[in-house]
Amino acid sequence: MEKKDLNEIEKEMKLANEGLPEKERILFSDARPSRVEPLNKYLEQFVNWARARSLWLLAFGTGCGATELRPLMTSRFDVSRFGIAGRPTPRQASVFIIGGYASIKTIKRIVRSYEQMQGPKYVIALGSCTINGGMYYDSYNTINRIDYYIPVDTYIAGCMPRPEALIAGFNRLKEKIQKGECDGMNKYADNFDWYKKNQKQIIKDWNMPDYNW
Amino acid sequence: MKNILKRLNEKIDDLVVVKQRDDLYFIKVKREHTDFILRYLKLDENFKHLDFMQAVDYIENNQFQLTYMLYNYEIKINLGINVMIDREKAEMDSMHRIWPHLWQYQREIHEMYGINFPGSPRVDESFVLEGWEEMPPMRRDFDTLEYSKRTFYPRPGRSTNDPKEYMKEKLYHDFAKSPKIRRDDE
Amino acid sequence: MDIIIRILYAVISILVATVWGLTLTGIVRKIYARVHGRFGPPVWQPFLDIIQTHSRRVAISHGYMFFLGPVFRFAGGLGTYLFIPVILGSTVFGNFSMGGDVLLVMYFIFFGQLGMALGAGEGGHPYSPMGIARGLSQMSAFEVPFSLAIISVAIQYHSLNITTIVQAQQGSILNWTLFTNPLAVIAAMISLLGMNGHAPFSIVMAPQEIPIGPPIEMNGSFLGILQTNRGLFAAAKLILFMNLFFGGAAHPNILVALLIMMIKTFFIYMFSVFVGASFPRFRPEQSFRFFLKWPTAIGILAILYIAYL
Repeated sequence: MEKKDLNEIEKEMKLANEGLPEKERILFSDARPSRVEPLNKYLEQFVNWARARSLWLLAFGTGCGATELRPLMTSRFDVSRFGIAGRPTPRQASVFIIGGYASIKTIKRIVRSYEQMQGPKYVIALGSCTINGGMYYDSYNTINRIDYYIPVDTYIAGCMPRPEALIAGFNRLKEKIQKGECDGMNKYADNFDWYKKNQKQIIKDWNMPDYNW
Repeated sequence: MKNILKRLNEKIDDLVVVKQRDDLYFIKVKREHTDFILRYLKLDENFKHLDFMQAVDYIENNQFQLTYMLYNYEIKINLGINVMIDREKAEMDSMHRIWPHLWQYQREIHEMYGINFPGSPRVDESFVLEGWEEMPPMRRDFDTLEYSKRTFYPRPGRSTNDPKEYMKEKLYHDFAKSPKIRRDDE
Repeated sequence: MDIIIRILYAVISILVATVWGLTLTGIVRKIYARVHGRFGPPVWQPFLDIIQTHSRRVAISHGYMFFLGPVFRFAGGLGTYLFIPVILGSTVFGNFSMGGDVLLVMYFIFFGQLGMALGAGEGGHPYSPMGIARGLSQMSAFEVPFSLAIISVAIQYHSLNITTIVQAQQGSILNWTLFTNPLAVIAAMISLLGMNGHAPFSIVMAPQEIPIGPPIEMNGSFLGILQTNRGLFAAAKLILFMNLFFGGAAHPNILVALLIMMIKTFFIYMFSVFVGASFPRFRPEQSFRFFLKWPTAIGILAILYIAYL
């Protein structure tokens, strides 16, 4: 009797992957993201110290704000002196920069890339569009608040923010990481259903697994 | 250019020509003449390059205006072909046999304005809006603000200022009064 | 008891080589940054990166071979390093040098890549087979001049033992292979450019061409192992070159000998950094053709020079 209940709970915990064709469902994972607790206090502090000094950006320009990332890499605003480097694959990156407005087509890719990143992962939302829609607040295709779809650690306001503002944002993120306040990965796992509901509300043709591990 | 228009006038009657600049002309043609005129301009008059194709919603006249923008590399003149089509029964002949890359423009216009192009390849595939369920968004009777409020969780506390007044007050207050630098427009 | 001490020595030796290799990588990054007119990351940045990758909370694996790929790669690095005597005559840093170890080392240089190819192939990302194909073909290309140079050196010293080769170069700077067999050194140094993967031959790992190459699916600790191996492997390669061509490191005082080793490897590395900072990148087929043309010809000349003159 008790065992059956457990099975039912397990079944409920699995993701339906309804967007995929029937025969492809077994090819994809149906597991939810799970909460991963931090290490013990001092070890976590040490590890956070290293994480804050080695931030790997996901090189995915999601909007016009991506143009502001180029000058950061070159000699004028060299961010590599803070240990920040670009990484072309989400598997290795730890910081995701949402560069300005995100259209519906892009938010689908943003969610996918964000879920493929290995935690702990941090999100910097860049520009006014990510905060309240900015100048595109009345557009049919630009989402207004990015934090309804993925958890955000730091916002940088402006349209566009200058590279100096971005560096200030990175420093803010570093401070937060070192204090251990950036826990977006666990936040996403805890509120997974809410995020998924919001995402599915705007992404009408959901043709990917529910959780892209 | 005059010669071209003269020759064109011999082929088709009641041609409306608007000269915008020395190197930019627009002609208004009927829907059934479009195919012939585009072919003629491309093959005989050397308008070999199609810059773009665009649609405009004239909701007051209950019409869509389609514009094919052509370019001639020899005389360096842009020529726009305007075609008015009915808004209720929005349909246009596909021109992708003249310029093969037109299929992409037609696909976009089909998605954004809901104008149908029978026979155009892949015209039903979604271009930018994936899984769009409402009325085509670039039609002018589509209320984008209402849609955005309904869909995208607007953040409360948003306020708007007139940019000119606001900047004068906030940033350039002293600058405008300064005696050394006076701008001409004040 | 003897074996425990040997293991202890090996661990010390590996640690020193890894730390030195990673520091060298950091210094080289800094030099590149200065060439670009930037400040560049701190010298200890590779260590921070390794701590960061090892401390990821989750890691995605794609199967057994995916697990084994980085392990093979690291084993390749360890194997390369453990059969090279770092310091001539030292018990701690002599490692497991023995007769014929040149062949073993050459095998291990290739072994890591092969294991990595199997592992990365299971990742399933289309870019990793592309990176592997490019990496393995470039590797086969630069192995040709390298092998010819080694054959030439082996003929010259009548030995396949690195210790013997280093021994024969002692006494004076003019005894170095650099001066006794310059053609072989030229061929080998050109193939070192390909081995280090700096600019003209950086197509395999180039982030702009095919994102990051073979390790594209590697994440968390997998990547951490690969990075550790990169430090160790860089040190092993440079020490091998130092031993074969630049007289090795020999001094009664072990610290002085280590210092000699560090200075020599630093300057050998600088050769590929200078070339890398000043040249643009080859396309894959250009780089394969390059290795099979001039360096190979020089390598053959080196053998002829040693065998018949």
